[in-house]
Amino acid sequence: MTQRQNEKTRMVPVPTYAIVPERDVDKRPVLEARHLGIEFGGLKAVEDFNMIVGRTEIAGLIGPNGAGKTTVFNLLTKVYQPTSGTILIDGKDTAGMNTVQANKLGIARTFQNIRLFSNMSVEDNVRIGLHNQVKYGMFSGIFRLPAYWRQEKRQHEQALELLSIFDMQDMASVKAGSLPYGAQRRLEIVRALATNPLLLLLDEPAAGMNPHETEELMENIIKIRDKFQIAVMLIEHDMNLVMGICEGICVLNYGRIIAKGTAEEIQSNPTVIEAYLGKRKGA
Amino acid sequence: MKLKKNTINNLITYIMVIAAFLLCQWMLASGKMTRSLKGQLIPICVYIVMAVSLNLVVGISGELSLGHAGFMSVGAFSGIVMSAWLAGAFQMENEIVRLLLAMACGGVFAGIAGVLIGIPVLRLRGDYLAIVTLAFGEIIRNIMNCLYFSLDGSRIRISFNNPNLPGTILINGPAGAAGVDKISTFGMGFALILFSLFVVLNLVNSRSGRAIMAIRDNRIAAEAMGINVTKYKMMAFVTSAVLAGMAGALYGLNFSTITASKFKFDTSILVLVFVVLGGIGNIRGSIIAATLLTILPELLRAFNDYRMLVYAIVLILVMLMTNNPTMRAFFERLRPKRSKGEPTAKEGESA
Repeated sequence: MTQRQNEKTRMVPVPTYAIVPERDVDKRPVLEARHLGIEFGGLKAVEDFNMIVGRTEIAGLIGPNGAGKTTVFNLLTKVYQPTSGTILIDGKDTAGMNTVQANKLGIARTFQNIRLFSNMSVEDNVRIGLHNQVKYGMFSGIFRLPAYWRQEKRQHEQALELLSIFDMQDMASVKAGSLPYGAQRRLEIVRALATNPLLLLLDEPAAGMNPHETEELMENIIKIRDKFQIAVMLIEHDMNLVMGICEGICVLNYGRIIAKGTAEEIQSNPTVIEAYLGKRKGA
Repeated sequence: MKLKKNTINNLITYIMVIAAFLLCQWMLASGKMTRSLKGQLIPICVYIVMAVSLNLVVGISGELSLGHAGFMSVGAFSGIVMSAWLAGAFQMENEIVRLLLAMACGGVFAGIAGVLIGIPVLRLRGDYLAIVTLAFGEIIRNIMNCLYFSLDGSRIRISFNNPNLPGTILINGPAGAAGVDKISTFGMGFALILFSLFVVLNLVNSRSGRAIMAIRDNRIAAEAMGINVTKYKMMAFVTSAVLAGMAGALYGLNFSTITASKFKFDTSILVLVFVVLGGIGNIRGSIIAATLLTILPELLRAFNDYRMLVYAIVLILVMLMTNNPTMRAFFERLRPKRSKGEPTAKEGESA
């Protein structure tokens, strides 16, 4: 770089306040969002969103309805292109990428309103997740070349192994659309895991689950993190789940981050309490 | 090893086709087949392949395409030229090899047309895609109307809007091809059906086919799982075009004269009717519908002037019986009870 260019360099403030678990401090963060923002026709849905997620962190993103949480997920997975700011996944800039490329970099997600391939079997749903992991070409598929038999067997084995995380091997041949609601949510997580991500984004994973199922889900999220050594970021309204397993929590309101910290810090933060419950009378 | 439900289903389809072929052969040998039906055998094979290939786009990939006859005409005319060229330039006597090469040539050219049309068309969705494929089907027909091919010694000459070509004219613009060697055989039609079944059924039950169906079921989720949507839509579209082109070549070489107006919008709709009537995404249904609906107009000759009216009424009745919920429930009750393990389509939709 020449000196002339150096003179023109504009200096921007880097996030001054970011937390990661101590064990992840020396490793490259899996996700770094800098000054992320998006406008929809003048409406700033998300503004100046800064966040760092550690290599094996379970991070939480909470906030009242309409705060922009799902919009952040859509930005991170490149469903929307940000109008400002940068997203680094595993240290790589994602500017100009599409959803497929972001997924190949290592970001996988589930959806708030379940989006399974409902006419396909449970196993086939997981196999779609394995699409870029266990490959063979179209001609091997049509003419049943040896690659087809070898890779189909691998896909089958890996799919069953992934399903066994949630004890769903027995349902492998059931049509995904006919599963009960809770099982559909679990299948979405398995399918996302099959894409071999570094960061798993869960959009309201406990929605519609009973307290017992939620308890199991919490254990399973920790189990997945430990087994695959990946980071998890989740949006959730169930505070038991968020406060129970999230290490770093980020609170969003009207598209802006209003607080960051551990569960204890968030629970006692007056700004957060105000955002959820409103101002105390006379205060 | 226990056979999977899919495998059994596919086996039934293959067996059904082979059995029908053997039955036809027996009828031909014992002279039990009427003349009109004999003439229909190859068109039936062609329409079956057309329906199966269109079902790959409409049923498996979930995009409504209304220009399928366009690919058929590309296949037909390139097949005719190829066959004449092989006969004229290489004195190739063996009709089977000539037909095979002509069909391959038809498939290749239709595939190229499929790629060229697919690039702009597959950016669109739903109704818009249907309208643009319709337009491209008509464009292909109009181009074919202005193309002149001739065989000058061993060279093929092509011209646009200029009928004064040296040598023997093979395709004479709007007058179409005349004096075509009728080298299509029923056996080859049967082989083509088996080939297209093999390609489509194997494709559906493979990694690529699952990706195509995933895009149909939920495009956003498929993208989030890292599936390249354009690539797989293109794969379905082009595979379908290639099969249609091969069927077209077989069709073109079955008549001594053929014009581009044979591959009008009506033909695309006719093939779509086979697909819809047989059940969208149901390959076996397409085969049965294509067979019955090709024979039906001949069977209805007794009705004379009212033939097409009766044909329309039959279509409406079949649609009602297969799609009306009340009628469906009535037929469900008539059927023997299904085993418990197999959830019906209706349960899946409501869940």
